[in-house]
Amino acid sequence: MKFLLNTINKLRPNFEKGGKLSFLHSTFDAFETFLFVPGHTTHGKVHVRDGIDLKRTMIMVVVAMLPVLLFGMWNVGYQHYLSLGEVSSLMDNFLFGLIQVLPIIVVSYGVGLGIEFAFCQIKGHSVNEGFLVTGMLIPLCLPPTTPLWMVALGTAFAVIIGKEVFGGSGMNLLNPALTARVFLFFAYPAYMSGEFLSSGSAIWFSGDRALMVDGFSGATTLSVMASGGTPEYSMMDMFLGFEKGSIGETSVLACLIGAAILIISGIGSWKIMASVFAGGFIMGTIFNWVGGTPFLDMAPVQHLLIGGFAFGAVYMATDPVSASQTEKGKIVYGLLIGVLTVLIRVSNPAYPEGMMMAILLMNVFAPLIDYFIVESNKKRRLKRATV
Amino acid sequence: MANQIRLKKGYDIKLVGEATKEIVSTEAPKTYAIQPHEIRGLVPKLHVEVGDEVKCGSPLYFSKTQPDVFFTSPVSGEVVEIIRGEKRRILEVRILADGKISYENFGAAEPASLGRDGVKEKMLKSGLWALLRQRPYNRVAETNVVPKNIFISGFDSAPLAPDLNFALKGKESYLQKGIDALATLTDGEVFLGLSSKADNSTFASLKNVTMNAFNGPHPAGNVGIQIHHISPINKGDMVWTMNIQDVAILGKLFTEGIYDPERVVAITGSEIENPIYTKMRVGACLNTLSSKVKAGNVRIISGNVLFGSKVDINSYLGFFDQQITAIPEGDEPEFMGWLVPSDARPSISKTFLSYLTPNKKYRVDTGMHGENRAFVVTNEYEQVLPMDIYPVQLLKAILAGDLEAMEALGIFEVVEEDLSLCEFVCTSKQPVQQILSDGLTLIEKEG
Repeated sequence: MKFLLNTINKLRPNFEKGGKLSFLHSTFDAFETFLFVPGHTTHGKVHVRDGIDLKRTMIMVVVAMLPVLLFGMWNVGYQHYLSLGEVSSLMDNFLFGLIQVLPIIVVSYGVGLGIEFAFCQIKGHSVNEGFLVTGMLIPLCLPPTTPLWMVALGTAFAVIIGKEVFGGSGMNLLNPALTARVFLFFAYPAYMSGEFLSSGSAIWFSGDRALMVDGFSGATTLSVMASGGTPEYSMMDMFLGFEKGSIGETSVLACLIGAAILIISGIGSWKIMASVFAGGFIMGTIFNWVGGTPFLDMAPVQHLLIGGFAFGAVYMATDPVSASQTEKGKIVYGLLIGVLTVLIRVSNPAYPEGMMMAILLMNVFAPLIDYFIVESNKKRRLKRATV
Repeated sequence: MANQIRLKKGYDIKLVGEATKEIVSTEAPKTYAIQPHEIRGLVPKLHVEVGDEVKCGSPLYFSKTQPDVFFTSPVSGEVVEIIRGEKRRILEVRILADGKISYENFGAAEPASLGRDGVKEKMLKSGLWALLRQRPYNRVAETNVVPKNIFISGFDSAPLAPDLNFALKGKESYLQKGIDALATLTDGEVFLGLSSKADNSTFASLKNVTMNAFNGPHPAGNVGIQIHHISPINKGDMVWTMNIQDVAILGKLFTEGIYDPERVVAITGSEIENPIYTKMRVGACLNTLSSKVKAGNVRIISGNVLFGSKVDINSYLGFFDQQITAIPEGDEPEFMGWLVPSDARPSISKTFLSYLTPNKKYRVDTGMHGENRAFVVTNEYEQVLPMDIYPVQLLKAILAGDLEAMEALGIFEVVEEDLSLCEFVCTSKQPVQQILSDGLTLIEKEG
């Protein structure tokens, strides 16, 4: 360690003001602080600080995403071999998925961090750790067959328009990962929904229509439901995640393991997660009373199991920057996300995935929710003064 | 007995180095200094010159804006040096003690028979008024104001803070006299906040005071938190506060006619050999404690780790302080410290194994453990501030310079020490106290 520290100390003058490589200051700083937490000490009247920092917070979120990532890789392989009617081992499935998914992750991190570093360099900021999470969320919410250039484009859009134009991490209005997802959804709808491309290759798993076993459908449960069909999977399969879908969204179980990590570590808000699920359940129940179509009659619990509902509730809605920032606000925010998701799914079949729309919409409204909560605090104070 | 108030929010940072409950006498320091910059916005005007002989209670300087508020000498001796900083601002008035303390005599009197003006005059002349603070802004109390109420906290909940019930044992009659004096200054009440967990035998028989018992972690002992729960400060309200050890000093003034600013001070922290209590006068030089401080790169704090001034061993006990803390400096870079910290450390987050051992005491250093970032994490400050205030929104209003929002969000109800835990827990390592301090300065000037 001493050697590494000495090397860094030797290199540092090059990157400081006046040094040959001073234009790379932020990049150097990011790598240096990644390797060594700087020995900065407190100044001012508070002399001790909590052990946590943003790096640790963000890395905990990445850890919480590992269950869905690992399951997602396996499932990509599983769906592929299933479509071919071949028997495959756990390892076969996983390796196939790894080969499919890893390039997407590499492109997402590479492009995103590249842009982020460049912006920080220009603005003279230090690099914020937020993209560690965004860079993993983007691959997880995409179909496994997404072309890599599309991943790169979506990521670039998310980082520049979703985040940097607002002033970087902590200032953004929208969840950057969802911004990428929605951009790609509207820019390249054929690649993000439906079953097959015109070339005949499937979207939700790797495979070619011509090679598939007869009767194998390429549709996700959501798109089946939206077109008036009935789901082909059992509730248990949906819960465990043995279905087609975006890389990280299929397994509710894996999402719940991630949720447990986030809640126990105190990093993710249980209030948001619980209220999203509650909102979805309530809206599902209301639709049951109306009834009439298979989608309206679908059991409320099933709504929570299909599509990206659980994934969105656990990983997307809880982003502290774009969510409501007050504790009471978080409950309103979560409930509305759940309600809107089911509403969009059922009443607007053009957008089968209501989750991303609902979260982005509520991202926009979160400051308004907070405004009312904070105003009520101000009014309380004012009222007290006149009593 | 007292009305019980339960506070759930807050956090006790558990540190090693708690003082054992015995008062050990230490060598009397040779020099003393009173430092005007410890009080917000105070502009001092000198009353002495180098070479003047002073008694304990003789005026050293007074406030430019409140010329009848005197700051007096804590010992008798000779003014040896006046240290000035930028623009000749006075930083310290140093006195060389003569070793035997002779007092100015202000005359003993019964506060109730003196009345408000009589009490006020005696406090102003003796220097005790300077120990009376006014909220909002935490500055020296204005002399022409009658405060809504006066608040005293009977316990200090800060890390390693002295046990005030123990420190004031035997001074019950002074305390009573001090409370009687304060009671003449307000048309409202004098409130005393006690800890419902601790021994309150010293305070049990006090009269002329309304007691409330607080149950909860730090900052329950902060007088600001207590005010918020008893009778919150509204716009236009003025309340006064005084540290309880200073109330005893006030009582002694009326009992014996002298200003005798001696406090029982806890000498604490992991870098102190055998932490103990000792008696020290305000402004006493700390160098008599040098043998107790362990070798190494140590930070000495006049005050506690959450609200104190970084001082060196040749510096002086702060004007309001009743604790000295010594902890190691944490200036060593830590390899991958954000992932696997090399040592256990306290945290309100549950991302450290230390979460599993909540009663373990730590040897905490002064490391930042991370770099400054924008506000990202939410519901962090809220967990450690037992007040009906939105701290992040308040800080953002201050950063935006929005006076109206600052006022509406309750800036008048807080002072720096109340938000010190917010600064401790901040994942983004924001300088919370500094932001609040800037906000208070701004609204005091413009508002």
